[in-house]
Amino acid sequence: MVDALKTLLRRKKYIERSLNTSLKEKRVYQAVVIGVSAGGFAALSFLLPSLPEDFSLPVIIVQHLHPASGSYIVQHLNNKCSLIVKQADEKESIKPGTVYLASPNYHLLVEEDRTFSLTVDNRVNYARPSIDVLFETAARAYGEKLIGIILTGSNNDGSKGLKRIKEGGGLAVVQDPLDAEVDSMPRAALAATAVDFILSLEQIASFLMSLSKGKSYENK
Amino acid sequence: MALPVSLFQGGSKLDITDESTIDVNRENQNIEIRLLLDAIYLKYGYDFRNYAKASIKRRILHRMAMSGLQSISEMQHLSLYDLDFFKKLLLDFSINVTEMFRDPSFYYSLRREIIPVLRTYPYIKIWHAGCATGEEVYSMVILLKEEGIYDRCQIYATDFNQVVLQKAKEGIFPIENIKEYTINYQKAGGKESFSSYYTAKYDSVIINQSLKKNILFADHNLVTDGVFGEMNLILCRNVLIYFDKILQNRVIGLFYDSLCRNGFLCLGSKESLMFSEYGRCFEDIVKEEKIYRKKSKY
Repeated sequence: MVDALKTLLRRKKYIERSLNTSLKEKRVYQAVVIGVSAGGFAALSFLLPSLPEDFSLPVIIVQHLHPASGSYIVQHLNNKCSLIVKQADEKESIKPGTVYLASPNYHLLVEEDRTFSLTVDNRVNYARPSIDVLFETAARAYGEKLIGIILTGSNNDGSKGLKRIKEGGGLAVVQDPLDAEVDSMPRAALAATAVDFILSLEQIASFLMSLSKGKSYENK
Repeated sequence: MALPVSLFQGGSKLDITDESTIDVNRENQNIEIRLLLDAIYLKYGYDFRNYAKASIKRRILHRMAMSGLQSISEMQHLSLYDLDFFKKLLLDFSINVTEMFRDPSFYYSLRREIIPVLRTYPYIKIWHAGCATGEEVYSMVILLKEEGIYDRCQIYATDFNQVVLQKAKEGIFPIENIKEYTINYQKAGGKESFSSYYTAKYDSVIINQSLKKNILFADHNLVTDGVFGEMNLILCRNVLIYFDKILQNRVIGLFYDSLCRNGFLCLGSKESLMFSEYGRCFEDIVKEEKIYRKKSKY
């Protein structure tokens, strides 16, 4: 009971902070990276369809999958979303308003010229694709213009990467462990770095939309 | 003298915010990496200057942390003066991750679509470019044997790294991977019991000697070396993804020149000829498996 109350208060605090920050800071974000593992199918199926057609940032996702998985999840999400959802191809230029998913059995890296690279290097945190690999390279490419989000999952992949994003001046967001289907990945991320926001999936959706609008507003 | 403009903006030379420090560090790091790769090329002739940057940077930073070094410039010095250190770095730069019958559907297509064509030749030359520790080479040999044409084949398995090449020659693999390889083998249309191709001992398996007889393991560097024979089939899977566009194009050109008329080229499942100048010189044979054929005319 007390815990639930605390979480509620904490959430309230974070939402207030989130509003204040997005109003105060005139920083223009250029990309969102998301790391998600167990429970990801449902989480992404909720989060991504809520993003509007004119969402102005690229969304780059590592979802842990079995190495032999096909492209079912991509097709499924593409059908449900107003944004284009596709597998990230090697050397592909990263475009705004597109959702990119890492291919099963390949690491996904972001180059400083804002294109993708793929590798078959050893698994990192038992995973390929690894969230840490995406986050670390994206942090180098986007610096303070990057938002990193850790969602539901059952291991600790992504916590080092989220720390890097924070060190690079970017924004770190973690799904509230109480809201996550599996809470170990969010908890590991929270333990590794002082994150900016702990939000429910629903709040992450509205948060992303406010950022996107903030950008188009500034562009005028 | 070219100094970062930010240092002199706004009249206050010392006004460097945290954010610009991050940018300056990144810029310096990129300069140091270029110098390191130049040094390696000048000293040893290995050319990593056209590798995809993000991955090579990760490897460099990983080695830096593992060796307890403070900067990439320190690594540059060590690479020049300490051969053992350089050898470690060289191993970091080579792509050593491979498995037997990786992507079983690819081997299945190879068996169904390509082998029947190869079967019509009296003598078949196959080049595994960037063979690493050899798992894919032995997979190919097993397939050729089961299709009854191995005796007519000469296989060239090449890599730039002597250490991995030696491992490939030995054909000794950890036993813990065998379960996965067996599943892959069966999915690839394997006709025998997979265990008939190796002998298990302690925690390793050794590939049967009879599988090795027509394989020539040799040192060849895709970046700096040229054509050495006329091939019916070239396999180079998941190597090009490590190169930038310029180098990819060069290497695909090298494959084009090394293939006989109507020869086959197989790339990794996420690789493609789409952006290459040589794209129009090849036709798709099995599109989803990235199996191409050199056109006789284009």
